[in-house]
Amino acid sequence: MGDEEPEDTGARRVAAEARDRVRFEEEALELADQVYRVARRFVRTREEAEDLVQDTYARAFRSWQSYTPGTNLRAWLLRILTNLNVDRGRRIQRRPDETPLEENDYFLANKVAAADGEDALETDRVVERLSQDSIVNALSSLPHDFRDVVVLVDIGEFSYADAAQITDVPIGTVMSRLHRGRRLLKAKLAEEAMA
Amino acid sequence: MTHHAGCDKCEELLQGFLDRALSDTEYAEAESHLDGCDYCRRRYRFETSLRMYVKTSAIERMPPGLLEKLGALRSTDASAAGS
Repeated sequence: MGDEEPEDTGARRVAAEARDRVRFEEEALELADQVYRVARRFVRTREEAEDLVQDTYARAFRSWQSYTPGTNLRAWLLRILTNLNVDRGRRIQRRPDETPLEENDYFLANKVAAADGEDALETDRVVERLSQDSIVNALSSLPHDFRDVVVLVDIGEFSYADAAQITDVPIGTVMSRLHRGRRLLKAKLAEEAMA
Repeated sequence: MTHHAGCDKCEELLQGFLDRALSDTEYAEAESHLDGCDYCRRRYRFETSLRMYVKTSAIERMPPGLLEKLGALRSTDASAAGS
């Protein structure tokens, strides 16, 4: 305030930091819809997803200084979200005795073709067979570790490397979980479609 | 249009192919097989549409009001930082 130029570099630094912080918050908020769409498929209900996203942003706004400008902010936010989701004790929900059946990659296509003929493999027929609900149910039936990676890569459009960073596992593990997760998803969809 | 030699290998390469994550050699192998195999070609196309359909089915927009709630969590107020 007043007519003096702020000579003090400390004051300038504070002002610069405040601007950086505002910019960070604005950029983070612009990504909210994309963060939500991943969160929504990590948990069962819309309310849980909203809570998770709010907790994520509360933590992100508090620890904004640990974000390195110029790096992938969306991945940084999802890393927080994934950690929070794990912290929420979802591991307790896991039933280790339940090992879903994994089939090969053509399994669903072969089932569809066997039931309705090869022409049923055309795009429109896939939609006829599988309702939107069956897709959502099949996704949520996957074991967490597999589902997280499938959601991040196939719905969140993250690269293998980003998904590895977000879930804190090596890239090879991401690839194997992704491949197995997709096969499990198709096996589940085959069950639904052929029921 | 049936399953024949080479289809098993082509099936193994499916995910990497669509993810653009194969080596040059594997790519060439998958492509040359697909050129001559209607059975696998249909299944690759099926997988492509399935992936797209899974994505569009699973995407749910942010509920109205959430953005405002997130905005309220901000610790700064833009006017304080100057322009």
